[in-house]
Amino acid sequence: MLKDITLGQFFPGKSPIHRLDPRTKIVLLIAYIVMLFVASGWVSYGIVAIFLLTAVRLSTIPLKTIVRGMKPVVMILAFTGILNLFFTQDGTVLVHFWFITITSEGVIRAIFMMSRILMLITGTFLLTYTTSPISLTDGLESLLKPLKKIHVPVHELSMMMCIALRFIPTLIEETDKIMCAQKARGADFESGNLMQRAKALVPILVPLFISAFRRADELATAMECRCYQGDVGRTKMKMLRYSRLDVNAYCVTGLVVVLIFVLKAMGL
Amino acid sequence: MNPILEVKDLTYIYSAGTPFQHKALDQVSFSVCPGEFIGIIGHTGSGKSTLMQQLNGLLKPTSGQVLLDGKDIWTDKQTTRQARFRVGLVFQYPEYQLFEETVYKDIAFGPKNMGLSQEEVNRRVLDAAGFVGLTKAQLEASPFDLSGGQKRRVAIAGVIAMEPEVLILDEPTAGLDPVGRGEILSNIETYRKAKNATIMMVSHSMEDVARLTDRLLVMNGSKLAFDATPQEVFSHAEELLSMGLSIPQVTQVFLHLRHMGLDVPNVYTMEQAAEAILKLRGGACHA
Repeated sequence: MLKDITLGQFFPGKSPIHRLDPRTKIVLLIAYIVMLFVASGWVSYGIVAIFLLTAVRLSTIPLKTIVRGMKPVVMILAFTGILNLFFTQDGTVLVHFWFITITSEGVIRAIFMMSRILMLITGTFLLTYTTSPISLTDGLESLLKPLKKIHVPVHELSMMMCIALRFIPTLIEETDKIMCAQKARGADFESGNLMQRAKALVPILVPLFISAFRRADELATAMECRCYQGDVGRTKMKMLRYSRLDVNAYCVTGLVVVLIFVLKAMGL
Repeated sequence: MNPILEVKDLTYIYSAGTPFQHKALDQVSFSVCPGEFIGIIGHTGSGKSTLMQQLNGLLKPTSGQVLLDGKDIWTDKQTTRQARFRVGLVFQYPEYQLFEETVYKDIAFGPKNMGLSQEEVNRRVLDAAGFVGLTKAQLEASPFDLSGGQKRRVAIAGVIAMEPEVLILDEPTAGLDPVGRGEILSNIETYRKAKNATIMMVSHSMEDVARLTDRLLVMNGSKLAFDATPQEVFSHAEELLSMGLSIPQVTQVFLHLRHMGLDVPNVYTMEQAAEAILKLRGGACHA
């Protein structure tokens, strides 16, 4: 049951999007989000949408998977839509009923906002679907390197993130095991009121914390045994290198960004 | 004698209907009589652990039945819960599930869940502590202050305190020193004698199962490969080796002796070996 949860929704693959350097993907995602918020006319919106759909197509991630991932945000989406629909007062009135007024401007704005959120989420999904958590942290570390000048512990932060990601499956397995063992001693997690259920968690949480601390201790010892001392003089097994693909991606995205700003200036 | 536990055509498939589908048990059938000591051996991933979790209702069979005293343990919720108390399960490295402030409280966790009276819980905790040789002073200590072997015994006492009719243990001696191993195995034997309980023990030590058990279940590739006495099982040395298992060292030595032309019987424990050698020497002297 616990094992069925998919974590870090990475889908391994060999598509051009998968092969992009993680740094490229992060920078391009930021550029994409900027475009999305700059675009205000139908034409520029359409161009951003085409840009996104091309990327989705290239990534070979099935649309179905992306749609399924939208489930948790349906509420936010509906909320935004309704809010914009009913509280926009400009434009010609389409429906007037009791205290509800729906205007043409309201409909347009609702569609605009909803598609903006949808496209925003699809874009970020594309990053996590095509980049493994480890290369994502690598990319972030590399991009944040300039912050070291002002004494931000970039390497340490990314190492912590790496370790956390690494231990998620281990801890899930451990939880599963402890739950089984306590169930075998008659622990009941499924019935009773809120208080009783919370109390029933103690026999799971205590051993789980103890084992997490033990693992952390062992890991620290193992790292020290191999003379780990943070990032000074440390080399990487997988060096991040820009390839032709990255250059192309930067060029294409750069052109689209320029285009969007030009269109914005023209009011399209 | 009526079997206490019966397993009929048990099949279990993990993550059925997904690409990760995996058959862990395939048409396994056997029955267990009260008071028996059964050893379960098998290569890693052969389905031993899955089988154990089926026997007390932690996993629900995909098909087939587990009968306790002739009644399917999945008949209703109450029956399943009862099965968990009547069939006690000690997992691998059970010391990692200790959580209470004192040893006493931890052992009392199971009996308390059974809804017993305060006096009955108290009696069972003291009894269980006696079986595994814990002192009064240790009962008031924190379980986290004990040594590895002692923690293991506390965890086993926690299951024994429910006084299960069938006690299942998954590698109870893994990672312990020889003294600790001997202690745990004799604790189990004491419990069996005192309560006429059935013991099922998963082990990787061929010597231990040969010495202790009446019957061996050999799992191989999700199927039950053998269900026979240790004597019989260990006479299939070649097949066991092909399953990634082994035979007791003393059995290997005697097999070798036979190949060298000596007239020795099949043995699988030290006692039998000593007897056979004495007999052989005695015979030689007379000749």
